[in-house]
Order: sequence, then C-alpha cells, then structure tokens
Amino acid sequence: MSGALQDWKSQKKPFAAVVTAPVFWLALFFVAPMTIVWLYSFGQNAGPADIVISGTLDNYKRATEWLYLSIFLKSLAVAALTTLICLIIGFPVAMAITFAAPKWRPWLLLGIMLPFWTNLLIRTYALMALMGTNGYMNKGLGGLWEGASWLRTLVGMQPLEAWTPVQLLYNNFAVVLGLVYVHLPFMVLPLYSALDRLDKSLIEASLDLGAGHFKTFMQIVVPLAAPGIVAGVMITLIPALGAYLTPDLMGGTDSQMIANVIERQFKRANDWPFGAALSFLLIYAMFILIAFQSMRSNKVKEA
Amino acid sequence: MTETKQPIIQIRNVSKRFGKVTAVDNVSLDILAGEFFVLLGPSGCGKTTLLRMIAGFEMPTEGQIIIDGQDMSLVPPNKRPVNMVFQSYAVFPHMNVMDNVGYGLRISGVSKGEIRDRVAEALELVKLGGFEDRMPDQMSGGQRQRVALARSLVMRPKVLLLDEPLSALDAKLRAQMQFELSDLQDKVGITFVTVTHDQDEALSMASRVAVINKGEVAQLAPPADLYEYPANRFVADFVGSVNIFEGKLTLDEPDKAAVDCPGLGKIYLNHGVTGPHGADVWVALRPEKIYLHVPGEGKAIRAAAQDAPDGHNLARGTIKGMSYLGDITLYEIQLEGGQMIRVSRPNLSRHDQEDFTWDDKVSMHWRADSPVVLLS
Repeated sequence: MSGALQDWKSQKKPFAAVVTAPVFWLALFFVAPMTIVWLYSFGQNAGPADIVISGTLDNYKRATEWLYLSIFLKSLAVAALTTLICLIIGFPVAMAITFAAPKWRPWLLLGIMLPFWTNLLIRTYALMALMGTNGYMNKGLGGLWEGASWLRTLVGMQPLEAWTPVQLLYNNFAVVLGLVYVHLPFMVLPLYSALDRLDKSLIEASLDLGAGHFKTFMQIVVPLAAPGIVAGVMITLIPALGAYLTPDLMGGTDSQMIANVIERQFKRANDWPFGAALSFLLIYAMFILIAFQSMRSNKVKEA
Repeated sequence: MTETKQPIIQIRNVSKRFGKVTAVDNVSLDILAGEFFVLLGPSGCGKTTLLRMIAGFEMPTEGQIIIDGQDMSLVPPNKRPVNMVFQSYAVFPHMNVMDNVGYGLRISGVSKGEIRDRVAEALELVKLGGFEDRMPDQMSGGQRQRVALARSLVMRPKVLLLDEPLSALDAKLRAQMQFELSDLQDKVGITFVTVTHDQDEALSMASRVAVINKGEVAQLAPPADLYEYPANRFVADFVGSVNIFEGKLTLDEPDKAAVDCPGLGKIYLNHGVTGPHGADVWVALRPEKIYLHVPGEGKAIRAAAQDAPDGHNLARGTIKGMSYLGDITLYEIQLEGGQMIRVSRPNLSRHDQEDFTWDDKVSMHWRADSPVVLLS
C-alpha cells in the first residue's frame, strides 16, 4: 500500500493538480490575513482607519501588563477547568458508548453529535433560558424547596422561607457550565475513537490475571487511551481558551475571557494593533500547547 | 494415564443463550486434573462460549460450573483459579515482556524480587529467556504468544484455558507449537483446556477431546477413539476425512454384522453393532483404509485376507480425480452406482503415484474391521 502511495507521489503532475487548489486557498484566506494581522501587531494607529506598521513592540508590552495578563491567565484557568470537567464527564460517556450493543452505538454517537446541527448561538440562548431566574432549573429547585418545606410542616416544624430564585447566570459558574456543554462532544469523540480501537481482550486479560475493574481501568484502559485523552484535551482546551460567545452571553462583568477583550479592541476601542498583539499572544500560547503534544507523541512513537 | 484422576472442572447441565440463540445447550462434562482437554468443533458451535464461561467472562444461563470443588456461579473472572491465553494473545502493548508476565503477580502483591525470579522462570519455560526488556511490537506473533503463555503460567493456575492458541501461526510454527504445548503441559502438570476448530491440532495434543456441534457434545473420547470409533456422522465427518454411505442393517450378531449399501455394495463387519434389524444406518469408511488395485489382481489379495464372505467389502469404479500430496495420493473414484468415494494411497516408493491415472478402472477392497456403522 505504501508502495502505491509512493508511486502516486512520484507522479508530479496529478499530484500538483490535486494540491494546488488547497494550497492556494490556504495562502489566500489563511496565511495572507494572518500575516496582515501579525504585521498590525507591530504597528500603531495613525488615524481612525490608518495603521502604520512601525515595528514597535509597544502593543506586546501593553498586552503583557498585569491587567491583560491576568485575564489571559484566567482564561487559561477557565479553559483548563472546562477541559478537566469534560474529561471527567466524557470518559464514562465514551466508555459507555464503546461497550454499548453495536446496534445502539450509531444512535448514541448521533446523540453526542446532534447539538452540532444547531447554531451555537441558539444553543447558548436555549441554555440561558433553562438557567434564567424564571428558567426550568430554578423552577425545579423551587419545587424541591417547597416540597421540603411541606415535609417540614407535616412533621410539625416551621415551613421554610419562600423560595428565592438562585442566580445561575451571568457568573463564572455559568461560563464554565456553558463551555462544558459546548465542548463535551469534542472530548467524547476522540476518547470514543481511542477506546473503540482498544482490543477488549486486553481488558479481559487483565481481569483474568486477577486485577479488579478499577486496577484494570488505571493500568490498561487509561494508558492505552492516552492518545485519545491527549487529543481530546487539546481539541477541547484550544477552542475553550479562545471562547468568545459563551462568556459574552452567559458571563457576568468579571467573567470576560481573553477573546472578549480582543473583540473589544477590534470593535469598540478601534485599536487593531493592540488587538492583533493580544490575538498573537493567544496563538503563541496555542502553538506551545501543540508543540508539547507533538513532542510527546514523537516520544511515544520512538518508544 | 491409567491412574484414576479427580475432575478439576465439572460442567453440570450448562446452557447459554444469547437472546434467541442457544450457544451452549445443556452440556455436562468433567475435565480431569492434569489432562490436556480439547474442545473441538466448527466455528460458531459454542466451544469458545463454553471456555469463556469457565473463565468467567460469560455467565451460564442455566447450570453450574464447579472448579476444584467450588461452585463458580458468583465468582468473577479475577477470582477464579484459572488463567486464559487469548486468541489474539492480548499482550499489553504498552508494557515490556517483564511487566506483561509480571502483571498478575504485581496485582496480587507479590514482592519485586519474587516477581523477577518467577518471571524469569516462566520465560525460561516458554523459551523466551532474556526477552524481559522487549516491547510486544518488537516481537513476532509466535513470541507474543509465548509471552501470553508465560503470563498465564506464572500465576500457577489450576487450569490453563487456551482459545484457538495456534490459529494465528503459520503451518511450520503451528506444528512445532503443538509439540511444545504438549511438552509444556507435561512439564508443568497444569490442566490445559484448549478450544480449536483444527482436528489435527486436537488429535495431536489432546488426552481427551469433546467434539461440540450446535452447542451440544457430539462425542467425548480420546483422539484415537474419536477417529476410529466415531459415535455419529457429524464426528466421523468432522474429524478426518471420511466416505459415508446409507444402508440397511441385514445381519447383526455378536461377532458379525452386514449392511447393504445401495451406493457401495455389501458391507461385512467382523463385530456386532447393536442396532435393530433392518434399520437405516450409515457406513463410514476412511479413505486410507481402502485398498486400491487393478481389476482382477484384487482376487488374489482378497483370497489371502479372507476376512469376509465372497462379494462383500468390494467395489469397482473409475478414477475421476487425483491429487498428489507428496506422502499420499488422493483419488476421487466414481463407483459403478454413480456415487463418489475418496481413497488415499501412501506413496511407499517413489513411483507409486504412477500406478493409477485418470479414467483407470480400479477395484477396491477393505478389511472387515474398517467400516464403522453409525446409527445417527
């Protein structure tokens, strides 16, 4: 098979025919705009619509001030927490799908992917409707509260005070919950594909050799699913780090993330050079994460 | 082999159903301590399900499995005194040989020094001494299988279960491993229970074989008995190659019997078959037990043998197919009645295969103790 691939690669003309279009596309719509934004990050405003690329590092200096750095670090923390929660929730889900009867598996996977068919904005508003002070979550909690109050009167105790709705929205909790909701499928799918490839007789062999389910999970399942875990973490962490819509709609005044700050620079503040510098700091951070991952996977390949 | 042995595994009326499919149907059998027991059958016959029930990966729908006197109904696989070598070997790909073989010992809390000694000993046993630091992907299939064997043997189980242990190996290696497994079983004295669909494997390694068909035990016997005294058509056909002809029992006395087979002729046996007179029976005749000769020449040979009345245990036909296999030549012969019969002939000299060729008229005879009469 690799021989056929070699032959195919050595056919220069068809190869060029296939490759030119995507390369051209990427150059025009990805590399060129990114280069422009990158150049902006070394420039300064010379008027409402004019940017002079002067090679200054002032934008980067300003971007690394504590005010912005703290938001950046906070974004990283929120993204990391989101990723961790996704991993904790996603692993059992992925395992359940792997071990489900084959006829159910496509349906369960469909269930995981179904949210993608809906616009992110609509999903976010739907979640907000659920979590609002008059939403179903609060109504459910209120119902439980009243039930508890009624039980107290039954045993002759004073009823509880009237239910006051809990503020579920517009805080960091809401942001993390929203991000987990949006990113969970990104975690489940790579985990599922890793677990699905895992030879089930390895699990049986471990049980057969006297290991319980927990030991088997820690010694066999987790190490062998490691590529899937790393892929899931990366594919969750990176978009969560750059999340814009969820903190914007569901967060409070103190839960803005770095993407919201960047958005403000480009729009309200009309400071494109500074926004560009912030953007590139984010991109550099992601590069570092991806570099770590590829170094790790190279090491695994060598071993 | 003559000493009376205790059953180490007792399978009592075990059935296993998956939805509407019955994989194992009311099987009862005893596996004796120290024997090399083989479950033989075509794919999908339920033999692997039976093995997996012994290991504890499947629970019987009905019935009971007793290992070493203890009912296993509620015992999970990790608490059973048996270990399994998987068809795919299931060697942990992220651990080296040392960690693979030592896995079970590490789990059960054996000290590091003892693990090292026992792993080395087990690897020596499977002829993999010095391979401790190898990773599984640096080893051949045969070597990985030895790792799987060592990993199970190091646990010193009462019973070692092997699921199609040789199916993934090439023919030469398979033959070698057949001997090695028998040898190993002799050395360690552990009861081996092997599942296979390969009759050669079963015949060469087993002390006893249970032939499984459609979830039921078709016959349980030592290999030679299975081959020479099959209990029914399924066993006769599945174990080795055989010619089967329908017939009617015309004579049945303690020391002789006769069957009239329309397709083959009159069959005479020098022993009785306890079947009702006139019953429909089947006669099984192995290809290697039929003598082939040029017509006319047969009379002299028959006269010398004289173990059957005239006109019995004889047939004539025309050679329609031939395959030269080196040690033997296999002939497909069309009988006068039109049915085909397979005859194999050893090539005792370098030119024996030249004696007969396509479309030759031949006659055949067999000894009175060769045919087997089957009632089912």
